[in-house]
Amino acid sequence: MKTEVLFFGIIVDITGKNRMEIDNCKDTFSIKTAILNEFPKLNSYKFVMTVRNQIVSDNKILNNGDVVAFLPPFAGG
Amino acid sequence: MLDAAEISRYQRHLQLSEIGMEGQEKIKTSSVLVIGAGGLGCPVLQYLTALGVGTIGIVDHDIISESNLQRQVLYYQTDINKSKVDTAVERLGKQNPNVKFIKFIDQLTNKNALDILKDYDIVVDGTDNFATRYLINDACAILKKPLVFGAIHKFEGQVSVFNYKDESTNNGVNYRDLFPVPPSPEQAPNCSEVGVIGVLPGIIGTLQATEVLKIITGIGKVLSGELLFLNALEMQFYKVQITSSNQTKVFSIDEYKNFDYGQFCILNEEKPVSEISVSDLKYMLESDRFNLQLIDVREINELPVVEELIEINIPFALINEAVIKIDKNKKVILICKSGVRSKMAIQKLQRDFGIKNLHSLRGGVTEWLNCKNV
Repeated sequence: MKTEVLFFGIIVDITGKNRMEIDNCKDTFSIKTAILNEFPKLNSYKFVMTVRNQIVSDNKILNNGDVVAFLPPFAGG
Repeated sequence: MLDAAEISRYQRHLQLSEIGMEGQEKIKTSSVLVIGAGGLGCPVLQYLTALGVGTIGIVDHDIISESNLQRQVLYYQTDINKSKVDTAVERLGKQNPNVKFIKFIDQLTNKNALDILKDYDIVVDGTDNFATRYLINDACAILKKPLVFGAIHKFEGQVSVFNYKDESTNNGVNYRDLFPVPPSPEQAPNCSEVGVIGVLPGIIGTLQATEVLKIITGIGKVLSGELLFLNALEMQFYKVQITSSNQTKVFSIDEYKNFDYGQFCILNEEKPVSEISVSDLKYMLESDRFNLQLIDVREINELPVVEELIEINIPFALINEAVIKIDKNKKVILICKSGVRSKMAIQKLQRDFGIKNLHSLRGGVTEWLNCKNV
């Protein structure tokens, strides 16, 4: 199963891209682990994760076609 | 009551059955506080003035600089170095003489915020740093005021309405329900200068003004309990639901006034950072250039270019990876625009790599150029 992952704001500065696909992650914890392994700098950044536009704090099982987003706060004005 | 001139001016609102005379009178008797008269504040102010909001308060302690003009469309070339609030009020007063403006040319802090905010129906956040955003959010939570939030980063923006309660579905979630605590200064690029496309604050600010209009007139569905993201490069809007967190607590007034919001980009002073003045640096450049290494931590291509200070350019975000270029046998001077990023870079290098021979140019290239001919 492939999951589309979207990045926003300062997280794009770390990952260098605003989207990517991840293979074989069955839930949001494994997505988070995979992303933090690939981009360890993100460990010190604040963000929320969403699945289907809902913020998830606990682990959530992913379905085919789910989009996971990493959303940080923005400060600029 | 609207007079004949107002009936003529607001005709297009009066034609809408959803607004009509009653709605326009609500707009006329409303009061809105706009905090920050910059990228977001300009379009918010221009539209709220055009709409006929009765009283508009404006908070900003800044002056207009040339680099503001790329996006702060209320200001002209001839306004450089003038007060933003004074200039905005002068211009907006000509745009709509029916509006009463109240000026606050002062930095908003947790000491003065409650006094300033309490007289307004709605607060609009158009500021540019997390410390001020959190202190506005907390003040609105204490005062139970709706807060129209907007923020931008490079090509992206966020909009939401916090602390808005109505009879039906809205339970007044706020910024802390979404992000309970602010990022640390190092992850918050607000202190430094982050690029942004000139049109972006226009889009986000106009969305904020739209939410203000909806709250005042009661039409439509207010963007509460949701955070709207815009990615302007892909022209995609992305909306997420915010649920109320039971852990989010509202400060008491005393707690609020005594809380350290870390404003003014105060850094965690683990180890003091050595700073040198422009005149110190000038002297060193003349007397001992060979033993000096200059590192510009601004972005590649960030302006202004200062010929005398060109040596190595390592953007702040990449400072860890560039540690190898730092000459441990020289006096190393880190330079940025205003002396904030260079200090943060030194803190990072001192903490993570134990490098000791680092000094920050106080006031950065801005101060260098100011003092150059003195």
